[in-house]
Amino acid sequence: MIRKSLLKEFREKVGSENVFTDKADLFTYAYDAAVLDPVLPAAALRPVTSEALSHVVRLCNENRIPLTVRGAGTNLSGGTIPFPDDGVVVLTNTLNRILEINEADMYAVVQPGVVTAKLAAAVEAKGLFYPPDPGSQDVSTLAGNVAENAGGLRGLKYGITRDYVMGIQFFDVNGELVKTGSRTVKCATGYNLGGLMIGSEGTLGIFNEIILKLIPFPASQKAMVAVFDKLDKASETVAGIIASRIVPATLEFMDNFTIRAVEDFSHVGLPTDAAALLLIEFDGHPAPVVEDAEKVESLCRKNGATSVRVAKDASERDSVWAARRSALSALANLKPTLVLEDATVPRSKIPDMVRAMQNIAEEYNISIGTFGHAGDGNLHPTILTDRRDKTEWERVESAIAAIFDRALELGGTLSGEHGTGIAKSAFLEKETGMAAINYSKRVKGALDPNNILNPGKVIGD
Amino acid sequence: MSDIKTLTELMKELEEQLVVCMRCGMCQSVCPLFAETGRESDVARGKLALLDGLMQEMFKEPKGVYERLNKCLLCGSCADNCPSGVNVLEIFIRARAILTGYMGLPAVKKAILRGMLARPELFDRLVEWGTKFQKFFTKPVNDLIGTSCARFAFPLIGDRHFMPLTPVPFHQITPYLNTAPGGRSGLKVGFYVGCLMDKIFPNIARAIVDVLDYHGVGIFMPEDQGCCGIPAVSSGDMKTFNQLVRHNVEKFEKESFDYLITACATCTSTIKKIWPMMVQDDSRNIRVKVKAIAEKTLDINQFLVSKTGVEEGTPGKDDRAVRVTYHDPCHLKKSLGISDEPRTVVQANPGYRLAEMPEPDRCCGLGGSFNIQYYDISTEIGKRKRDNIASTGCSVVATGCPACMIQLSDVLSKAGDRVMVKHPVEIYADGLKS
Repeated sequence: MIRKSLLKEFREKVGSENVFTDKADLFTYAYDAAVLDPVLPAAALRPVTSEALSHVVRLCNENRIPLTVRGAGTNLSGGTIPFPDDGVVVLTNTLNRILEINEADMYAVVQPGVVTAKLAAAVEAKGLFYPPDPGSQDVSTLAGNVAENAGGLRGLKYGITRDYVMGIQFFDVNGELVKTGSRTVKCATGYNLGGLMIGSEGTLGIFNEIILKLIPFPASQKAMVAVFDKLDKASETVAGIIASRIVPATLEFMDNFTIRAVEDFSHVGLPTDAAALLLIEFDGHPAPVVEDAEKVESLCRKNGATSVRVAKDASERDSVWAARRSALSALANLKPTLVLEDATVPRSKIPDMVRAMQNIAEEYNISIGTFGHAGDGNLHPTILTDRRDKTEWERVESAIAAIFDRALELGGTLSGEHGTGIAKSAFLEKETGMAAINYSKRVKGALDPNNILNPGKVIGD
Repeated sequence: MSDIKTLTELMKELEEQLVVCMRCGMCQSVCPLFAETGRESDVARGKLALLDGLMQEMFKEPKGVYERLNKCLLCGSCADNCPSGVNVLEIFIRARAILTGYMGLPAVKKAILRGMLARPELFDRLVEWGTKFQKFFTKPVNDLIGTSCARFAFPLIGDRHFMPLTPVPFHQITPYLNTAPGGRSGLKVGFYVGCLMDKIFPNIARAIVDVLDYHGVGIFMPEDQGCCGIPAVSSGDMKTFNQLVRHNVEKFEKESFDYLITACATCTSTIKKIWPMMVQDDSRNIRVKVKAIAEKTLDINQFLVSKTGVEEGTPGKDDRAVRVTYHDPCHLKKSLGISDEPRTVVQANPGYRLAEMPEPDRCCGLGGSFNIQYYDISTEIGKRKRDNIASTGCSVVATGCPACMIQLSDVLSKAGDRVMVKHPVEIYADGLKS
């Protein structure tokens, strides 16, 4: 519970219409997209100005109130699930203005709550490109993307959110505005505090403004689908493409389980007997695009693709991506609970990782559909289950641990793009070792001595 | 009020449908209400979480959940865009029925739904009185659109620009029809008129009869038709809903016909989807009859295109063609997947040229009783639609739903626009005359 006098102060600072204390409202800020139990916050606050946001942070610190920032609440690791009992949720979705799109210098300045796809559309209208495209881009907020270091389908060629952050203005735990980075391509002053903030999941500072790098919008695109009758042939083709120094914009993989689910769901004419599909897209100037596409087409055939279809026009290209985009929906429709993992391996290890997923599915007797960003080593083993089935759920939890172990053995990471949050914090030591966690805890202790900034996330309690 | 335990037991009937939601939040991108308020309790994911919480005994009393559940346009945009395929509308409508049954119908709604709507003859008579009195309270405000507004501050009307009740409702002009199919089509339809067509837009009902006559389609239109029941079922008033469904089924079972047609998107989707989903069985085997009727119910545009072969005309070469844009009613496109046919019907009149507006399938914001309860939000949602319509520079906006027509008339009229609001069939019928 929060003291009445403090609630009164919150109301003064953010407006009483932006302080939610009704249980029915609070219940809607108790969860995110991770498969975890909801936790009811004591209040939800919605600052509509930077000033109000600063006050909220300061007041929480002064009163030792745990604070969890929430954008769209779409993250998959529990990063926006509030702290029990007296935790508050701070909503940033009304701080949603694009402050500047600078065409000459190719950057954008945004408030934290701008929706990713809205920025992408706004810059595209000016011939510019903001490449990071996480699956939730239609609703996710840019501050959320930065806080989780979100990825997407274009990681292979264009990188991830981290690669587009030029500067961040954030509030420290006292509500002081800290500026880091700049509007310049190069910037070598001070510590790289922005680097520390990216992927910090709201545990080190609260974002107020973000400067994002933009690039020219690619002049042309070409998409193709390659069908394989053996899983190994597909995953070896991925390794082969990378080895021949070709970098497609996207290089996506779908296993047979996923292919069948997509076909049942959307009837787009996918070969349901195929062991795997690769969906490949090139973009950039027309000449190299055509050249790369031809090389990869013959590479696919050489590696034993049973068919390679190059999209002839925009509508064929759209249908290729419609199939990929419907993968998650198609799988989600099969069972009540869907656990979307994102353990990632060095891309040359994709064949081993794909085999490992099949073995784990068999060993734990669960359904796993695997699809995802093969080109950057970031597959999405997707476990389909019903959380109410206790015995199966136990097997699922063991299987997740096995997936993590296997990814680490292959030199990979627990999370390519979903973040650590609550879901993976207990496993973090396996990847980083205790020294990294202790170091992180000292950083956290110095910057947030009262441990009010999203406590319990990333490095645990 | 019975105890909360009973309620959580009743909620369990929704469990299998509720667990389908994986809380991905994609509904935020399409919910017209969330776009205005940004509040999670306004979007489907939040409401589904609340219902789940209620079922899991997380709440001591359901009032807060009930209020938030009712703050919804029932436009179905979320369901249409849901990656997991959650049956959002069915869940919401069932939950409203359960919660209303548990908490009791509010007095005002009870008076309107049970005192008036459930009794079609009385409803007609009350509306006739309303027609006589409306001129004392209201005055015309936009001659082209045909809207009126309040003469003086009047709580029910507020600052609405509304379509007035017609002086002579359709059921007085044409109380009953039973015509045989003409030579050409060999088809006979049941014509379900719907309240808004009857009492506000009788000219559309007239146009439909003309068009059907033109195509040689026989018409059975029974007297004393009742409301389709959507206001009742969306308020959780199952008693009135069941009564109205039975009333209508009995009216229409007196004659045989090939299809039941309506020109109201909301009535069509109610009859086709909500009747079979929600009607409770009784001794008269109502579920079987409802299923049969639902299967042969068609939107008028769909009927004209697929059964009578109406197709796009060739617009004349000169620039005299009227520029028209089309708004997709949620209950046609998202609920029934009908979006091409009304456009075809509009363009079947060669005097019109279609120009698409941005976001043609974005909800207009009316949402039936939502507009009454949350007029300000409803208007804000409507303004975006108005801006999209205005951006086309069209002089006519067509839409296949009289409820949408009321909202479009309000927002266009208030903005002072000179844009007429028409039903596709009106436009087509005009073309047949010239």
